[in-house]
Amino acid sequence: MLRLSAVNLLLVGVLLLNLFMLGTSRIRGLIQAAALQGVLLGGLLLLMGHSSGANTALLAIASVVLKFSLIPRMLRRALREAQIKREIEPLIGFVPTMLLGAAGTLLSIAFASGLPLRPEHQELLIVPASFSTVVTGFILLTTRIKAITQAIGYLVLENGIFIFGMLLVDAMPFLVEIGVLLDLFVGIFVVSIIIHHIHREFASLDTRHLASLKE
Amino acid sequence: MVSPSPTWIELAAALCIGLSGAPGYLWRRTRAGGQGTATALNLIGAAVGFAGLAVHARTGDTGVLLLGTLPIGRLAFAQDGLSALFLIPILLVSALGSLYGASYWREREHRESGRRLRLAWGIMTASMMAVVLARDAIVFLVAWELMAIAGFFLICTEEERLEVRQASWIYLVATHAGTLCLIGCFALLGSAEGSSALWPSLRSEASGWLPTAVFALGIAGFGLKAGLMPLHVWLPGAHANAPSHVSAFLSGVLLKMGIYGVVRVCGLLPHPPLWWGGALLVVGAVSGVLGIALAVAQQDMKRLLAYSSIENIGIIAIGIGLASMGRSLGRADLVVLGLGGALLHVLNHGLFKPLLFLAAGSVLHATGTRRISSLGGLARTMPYTFVLFTFGAVAICGLPPMNGFASELLLYLGLLRVAAVGPVDPQSIWTSLAAPALAIMGALALAAFVKITGIAFGGAPRSPAAAQAHDPDRGMLAPMVALALACLVLGLLPGVATPLLHAAILAWDPALGPTAPPLGELAPLGWVSVAGVSLIAGVALVAVLFARRRPRHASVLTWDCGYVSPTPRMQYVDVSFSELLVGLFDWAVRSRRSPPDLVALFPPRSGFRSEVPDAVLDRIALPLLGAADRGLSRLRVLQRGPVHTYVLYVALAVVSVLLVAR
Amino acid sequence: MKDVVTLLVHVALFTTAPPLMLGVINKTKAWFAGRRGPPLLQLYYDLARLFRKEMVFSRTTTWVFRAGPVVATSAALLAGSLMPFGAFDAPIQFTGDLVLFAYLMALGRFFTTAAALDTGSAFEGMGAAREVSFACLAEAALFMSFVVLVRFSGSLSLTPMLHAPITAPLHGLAGAAIFLVAVALFVVLLAENARIPVDDPSTHLELTMIHEVMVLDHSGPLFGLILYGAALKLFLLSALLLHLVLPVGLDAPLLDWLLFLAGIGAIGVGIGVVESIMARLRLRYVPSLLIASAILCVFAFFLTLA
Repeated sequence: MLRLSAVNLLLVGVLLLNLFMLGTSRIRGLIQAAALQGVLLGGLLLLMGHSSGANTALLAIASVVLKFSLIPRMLRRALREAQIKREIEPLIGFVPTMLLGAAGTLLSIAFASGLPLRPEHQELLIVPASFSTVVTGFILLTTRIKAITQAIGYLVLENGIFIFGMLLVDAMPFLVEIGVLLDLFVGIFVVSIIIHHIHREFASLDTRHLASLKE
Repeated sequence: MVSPSPTWIELAAALCIGLSGAPGYLWRRTRAGGQGTATALNLIGAAVGFAGLAVHARTGDTGVLLLGTLPIGRLAFAQDGLSALFLIPILLVSALGSLYGASYWREREHRESGRRLRLAWGIMTASMMAVVLARDAIVFLVAWELMAIAGFFLICTEEERLEVRQASWIYLVATHAGTLCLIGCFALLGSAEGSSALWPSLRSEASGWLPTAVFALGIAGFGLKAGLMPLHVWLPGAHANAPSHVSAFLSGVLLKMGIYGVVRVCGLLPHPPLWWGGALLVVGAVSGVLGIALAVAQQDMKRLLAYSSIENIGIIAIGIGLASMGRSLGRADLVVLGLGGALLHVLNHGLFKPLLFLAAGSVLHATGTRRISSLGGLARTMPYTFVLFTFGAVAICGLPPMNGFASELLLYLGLLRVAAVGPVDPQSIWTSLAAPALAIMGALALAAFVKITGIAFGGAPRSPAAAQAHDPDRGMLAPMVALALACLVLGLLPGVATPLLHAAILAWDPALGPTAPPLGELAPLGWVSVAGVSLIAGVALVAVLFARRRPRHASVLTWDCGYVSPTPRMQYVDVSFSELLVGLFDWAVRSRRSPPDLVALFPPRSGFRSEVPDAVLDRIALPLLGAADRGLSRLRVLQRGPVHTYVLYVALAVVSVLLVAR
Repeated sequence: MKDVVTLLVHVALFTTAPPLMLGVINKTKAWFAGRRGPPLLQLYYDLARLFRKEMVFSRTTTWVFRAGPVVATSAALLAGSLMPFGAFDAPIQFTGDLVLFAYLMALGRFFTTAAALDTGSAFEGMGAAREVSFACLAEAALFMSFVVLVRFSGSLSLTPMLHAPITAPLHGLAGAAIFLVAVALFVVLLAENARIPVDDPSTHLELTMIHEVMVLDHSGPLFGLILYGAALKLFLLSALLLHLVLPVGLDAPLLDWLLFLAGIGAIGVGIGVVESIMARLRLRYVPSLLIASAILCVFAFFLTLA
């Protein structure tokens, strides 16, 4: 019982971070929040997959190292080298994005109550939290201008999928999850290199300028 | 002893008040213009009316009084709990308003318009009384139309001013659109019932589109009068431009006639569909939040009060919606709390809003301006008006110990009970989310009224007119004092209204009958009294202990962080006070601002303007009507002028009707 | 007999203990900054000094200027008798007292801001404008949390409503909902009491934004009342929050009182920590924070329905 309460507590933390990421105006704050979410996810994996032993522990450690330490470090470095301004430039304001995210979460709560979940999962927030995180990722991807915030958007999106995977933690092959993590890592690696290059070529990181690349 | 029927007494009172302006209007030679006569007749009529209410309360006589039959319809009147409750603000505000008007709109200064005003005032009061007493659709519609036209003449009292004429024409168009809806509503009702008697209880098997159409037309027609958003278009202009005691009358009573109709329409079906109440609740919440958000943004004192009326109408609509939902769900507690709160708020708003309008009228009288930003310091120059206005402001924010608190408490209890009691009903559980909406309205109302209290009355005068203002004479103060005391008494002893409310609730939902849970059991009105009294005692005690000492230095400057010669122009003004909130609600308020361009290091003289057009009237209705005017202007070809063309049109119309009817 | 003792302790606590909580906050902040900081009882000394001083009034002010502190403090005192403390019932409880509690705070706000505007100072005008604006959002969040708690407890009175987490099981979705509400109420607590990250209480100059700037002109006993009233409000809202984060009843009066005081102290330390590690938000982001807390309560409400 205590374990399930702890799981819910972690998931509430994930929800809070989602809201914070939509409302914050600082890129550094955004990176920190994404990193913190990675830690929560590691804890979640340990709590949920306690029966499958060492594999889960290994996976949890790998994901925490990656999401808490490596990826944020890369992003901060890109931030420093490309001399990006610390303010996020939103296409629509912070309050409307927050309301959008909230609406997405409410929809997912309503949606989760209709899903045929296994009884031990019904008292958990897994589905709402995962959908809310995915929605947050999408909103970050679509409404923020800078390339670096888009990279964080992908990271958050993956976090959401990761949470959904908790429902299948006993059935999920270890290799698949590792593969996803690796993909993400490479993706972000590439993005930060691209950021560097965009910055050198255009002296700007506005992704809207990428539209001028067509023909 | 056989007491006369209370309905007879009320009709006599209506006749007395209705004719109160006539002597002055007909015998124009009299020097006083019949002002004294009119006021006296008004007061006598009100006294008779209250006597009728007392008789009604004692006998509980609800019999229908049939005075005769008309070619269509019958002259039928009756009085039940609901009628009695709505008669109270009519009689009270009409009498106090005419007393105030005797000093505010003096015969000496307004010779011609004053006579017309008093004539229309009496007719308006009488026709309102007829509206709530009527038990026949035809009589109701005639009285309704008479009331609307009398209202038009009241609003355009100062017809020489352009904005007054504009406001009164918009009112006339709006009220006729409403009457049109009502004619449709009553026609459908009559065709379903086979008679024009009011207020029928539709058979619950009368399903299909008919009840829905009656409901929609009724809400549209009565909502236009009540000022529910987005049907409020006529309201701010009319309230701002009418003489202040007329504004008080419009806001305190005329809007309530719309509410009266909404209550009656919602009570037509014994088991209304759930969405009736739900729709009304949502409309009420939207009117409330947007109305008060627009009020915060206003720079004209009377326009602010007018928008706050829209908010209060919204609060009342939330209560009626909750009661209707309670009826659909079979929850007597929701019916009692919802309708009880709504009707208590009708009474309360009929006390504090006239008080505020009369106080604003005194300020206008003394300074000649309604702009908050050119006032200031009135607390020193008009001390009595200030105290009275503060009473009204605290009351309208729903704060204890004044009367607004009790009615809002009932509504909160009703809304929260939806969440607290019983199993989750996915169709109605969202209703309790109206409680936070009510809280937002309360906090916004506080912002709006602190704005007037603090900026118009506090600080230093911003104009010579404000510096030389003075309190009005006793004739204007007395009605305000009466209203303020009524607010305080009803706030400290809300329990005195319980029998009235109970009778009105039973009249609305007879099915409740003896099983109705008494209001006093559901709501802790006794504790409200205890809290109010102990609050006043506590304030007195703390004041005696800590704030009584006299200062040794009588005359020092306000501390402005070291600046030694502040001028009144450096004070915060109303626009800056509400700027944050206007920004927060800009998606609804849509203010127009023209900030100055800052060009050089030492910018030259510059200005800042900000104005808030009405969200519906100026942004939607007027552009639409303008487009319609341009599009339809081609039809003016038909309007040629010579009489024989018109005769030809008539002949053509007759022929075509004959052809169709064949 | 026992009830009388409880009542006396209750009244004694909320009339005398609030300044101590500010002492705890300031000690925590000092500890973080590596200072010794003012004594725990500093606010009591300040109050004693202020109540002996004389008052100075600006020539623009009227009775409202005096009414501000007086009404706000008396309203907060009355609100104190509605709030249960830890495992103990409130002295006064009735259906709907939660509305009275919130509206008493609003009454205080009405007169505080009117008093600030009465001075005619532009600074105090700014403070008043911000106070009433942010209160709109804070009030919405507060009532939204009330809706969740009412749903959770099935009661419309503060005492049974706040005692429900002690008796009801807190695991599962309900536990998550209560946790969300606690976070939201903490934000409301910080905003309503003008603490960092909404306002900075440690600046007493014009640089401060909301609360302190509204009281620049008050002096002597009236200023003392303001400080005391602010401490009381902080104490009461902390007591409200405490029921959600420490839902424990030990059935032993002495232990329960100690537990309550320890809990309030812990909230004080928490506020001190927040103030030490965070900076004040820019003014335009404060609404986002408050809207987010209201959204959390809406989440919680939907969770209680599932």
